[in-house]
Amino acid sequence: MSKLIPSAAKFFNGNTIAKAAAPAVTTSTAKYSTKSEAKFEVKPYKLHKLTKGPATSATLTAEDALKIYAQLAILRRIETASGNLYKEKIIRGFCHLYSGQEAVAVGMRQAMRDVDAVITAYRCHGWTYLMGVSVLGVLSELTGRRTGCSRGKGGSMHLYGRNFYGGNGIVGAQVPLGAGVAFAQKYRADGGVTFALYGDGAANQGQLFEAYNMAKLWDLPCVFVCENNGYGMGTSVDRSSASTEYYSRGDYVPGIWVDGMDVLATREATRFAIDYCSSGKGPLLMEMETYRYSGHSMSDPGTSYRTRDEVQEVRQTRDPITSFKEKILSNELATPDQLKEIDAKVRTEVDEATKQAKTEPEVGPEELCGDIYYTNLEHEIRGIYPAAPLRHVEVTARSYK
Amino acid sequence: MALKSSPVVFGLLARLSRRSFSTSKALASKPVTVRDALNQAIDEEMEKDERVFVMGEEVAQYDGAYKVTRGLWKKYGDKRVIDTPITEIGFAGIAVGAAFGGLRPICEFMTFNFSMQAIDHIINSAAKTYYMSGGQIPVPIVFRGPNGAASGVGAQHSQCFGAWYSHCPGLKVVMPFSSEDHKGLMKASIRVNDPVVFLEDEILYGIPFPMSDEALSPDFVLPIGKAKVEREGKHITVVCAGRATDTALQAANELAGNGIECEVINLRSLRPLDFDAIARSVAKTHHLVTVEQGWPQSGIGAEICARVMESSTFFELDAPAWRVTGADVPMPYASSLEVLALPRPKDVTAAVAAVLGNKISEAASQ
Ligand SMILES: Cc1ncc(C[n+]2csc(CCOP(=O)(O)OP(=O)(O)O)c2C)c(N)n1
Ligand SMILES: [Mg+2]
Repeated sequence: MSKLIPSAAKFFNGNTIAKAAAPAVTTSTAKYSTKSEAKFEVKPYKLHKLTKGPATSATLTAEDALKIYAQLAILRRIETASGNLYKEKIIRGFCHLYSGQEAVAVGMRQAMRDVDAVITAYRCHGWTYLMGVSVLGVLSELTGRRTGCSRGKGGSMHLYGRNFYGGNGIVGAQVPLGAGVAFAQKYRADGGVTFALYGDGAANQGQLFEAYNMAKLWDLPCVFVCENNGYGMGTSVDRSSASTEYYSRGDYVPGIWVDGMDVLATREATRFAIDYCSSGKGPLLMEMETYRYSGHSMSDPGTSYRTRDEVQEVRQTRDPITSFKEKILSNELATPDQLKEIDAKVRTEVDEATKQAKTEPEVGPEELCGDIYYTNLEHEIRGIYPAAPLRHVEVTARSYK
Repeated sequence: MALKSSPVVFGLLARLSRRSFSTSKALASKPVTVRDALNQAIDEEMEKDERVFVMGEEVAQYDGAYKVTRGLWKKYGDKRVIDTPITEIGFAGIAVGAAFGGLRPICEFMTFNFSMQAIDHIINSAAKTYYMSGGQIPVPIVFRGPNGAASGVGAQHSQCFGAWYSHCPGLKVVMPFSSEDHKGLMKASIRVNDPVVFLEDEILYGIPFPMSDEALSPDFVLPIGKAKVEREGKHITVVCAGRATDTALQAANELAGNGIECEVINLRSLRPLDFDAIARSVAKTHHLVTVEQGWPQSGIGAEICARVMESSTFFELDAPAWRVTGADVPMPYASSLEVLALPRPKDVTAAVAAVLGNKISEAASQ
């Protein structure tokens, strides 16, 4: 009952739900890779108020290796495309790139189940894709076109999808919201866990501590995930935070420090977290140590508060994609040809979506007043002056039960 | 959320306002950007009074997300120009407490959108304490930062808090337009012993306005609560503040070409609101249009119209007053929708034409 290792093509909808269960058994074929799985050690976790942490040795199947590689590559490519669209002035306002941080989202997504939910901040393009929105849905929201996942009305910080509650422009606001989604999961007893992601800068917002407290008090299945990329805008962690041990800042909420540049570490940690939270033990905190390559937003050159050398060094020594690539090649889980095939597919898919995201029209002017209310009770919507009234329109089917 | 310069917008507005530069009667000596005018005001007041300090996100080492505090950290150091963590309710509370304790904080919100995190301290701690303490505890603090719609930043980052804050007794609320306004009113705000909400505009920061020698001097201060007639006219009064003044002035220019002379009143401050200036003008023009970027309901225009109704100015009107406002929707991202959400000069000219032409009932029944 041998199963061929599938070609890369299969991995191109980021929507496939990775199961937390044991990986599929695969046998090797010379044509592709020679090994069906390999074991890797991850950097030791640091634990806070936990006696036992996630597995430090991770088994990776050849099939998962390709899947993960494809997701890492597509996230990077989406951001490259976004950066270019911004430079071409087709993306307006803000544009916060995730490049450098891909291993956090991809590893987490690998471990997540269909019932689990995510909420994050404005650095959300990659997460939106991983949660099932097409590349076009992401990119054309960034360009403000009708094919955007928010019809072009939200913009780059306001992307949403199934079990994905944004995209939030207010630093820290997503964290209690995530605890609230977890509250609903517990209330409905659906077995799901919510991941609320925030930055090292956001980690200082008071509402986080309020959320930690209630989550612990009520044993909410919420995983607070601090993506520590070293900086909040131009402020380094040691200038913003009295303690930079973010994994311990939940006090009574147990925490884990994770190497956020290693997709296997983030995957294992997330498996552990799902296990922990879905067994009724209450919330957990994970600090993922990572790095952002670009400036805070596209308009920030990102060089006044850190050196170019620092960025270069991370790129050369800790890049989440390069290091993963080396790992799977040297362990013969994939061949250079397979990865090249993936790279080519990624390029084509993102390039095509980019082209379309530039040429699609914006929604019509009537949608200025589209879906302001689920149930509109206003006679008319006041326009700019009295003789220019507007009409509310229901654009999205009202199907909420 | 900053770290953004939008040269396109700046350029556009710069061109527009150069056209509508009837702002200062004084000898225009030197073009100064709004950003530099603010920087000058803060610098001068810090020099003059040791108790004045600046606190906020990225204000020190990064020179301010919009560079308003450029150079101040270098000049005054860690003690007086302080970078905070991202924790608005926390640092706003600390700033208000420092004002209780005898200092004169300038509390920067990277944008006023984030002041919503801190609004409790602005209203409940800053605005009310002097009153609640029976006059024992003055709260001399300035809350400042860019307010209102920026460009292409979506619903959470584009809204005007003018009406929100001007609702609250105990506060002074300033909304300047030109560089001179910004400088003179910032200095007044720092000196006054009450809490001031000082509403700036990201898009105005880069705009150069001519400043007179008088305005450039360190003694230049403008009174809070006094409006400025930006342009005289006899046919209709157009009341505005902040960036809406630019919209009104452009419309006035255009209308002047058709023989309609607008009297454009730049309120400069929303609380106190210089109703006398409006009343004086309406007594002359007998027509009134208000222009603001914020939402219509319970807005600044709504307040002005209510005051007209409650006073003898009502009898001066030859036609109902109209408001030109932002559309009653959250700000969309897509550019073709975004332009429909904010008042443009052509909206002002249309409103003026309707009010002057007594075509209001016709227009309204369209
Ligand atoms: C309440 C609030 N305050 C300030 C900002 C402006 N702002 C946007 S992102 C940011 C830095 C956040 O840094 P961090 O949490 O580390 O996330 P990262 O950008 O590194 O992903 C700031 C100050 C905001 N959007 N919301
Ligand atoms: Mg950060």
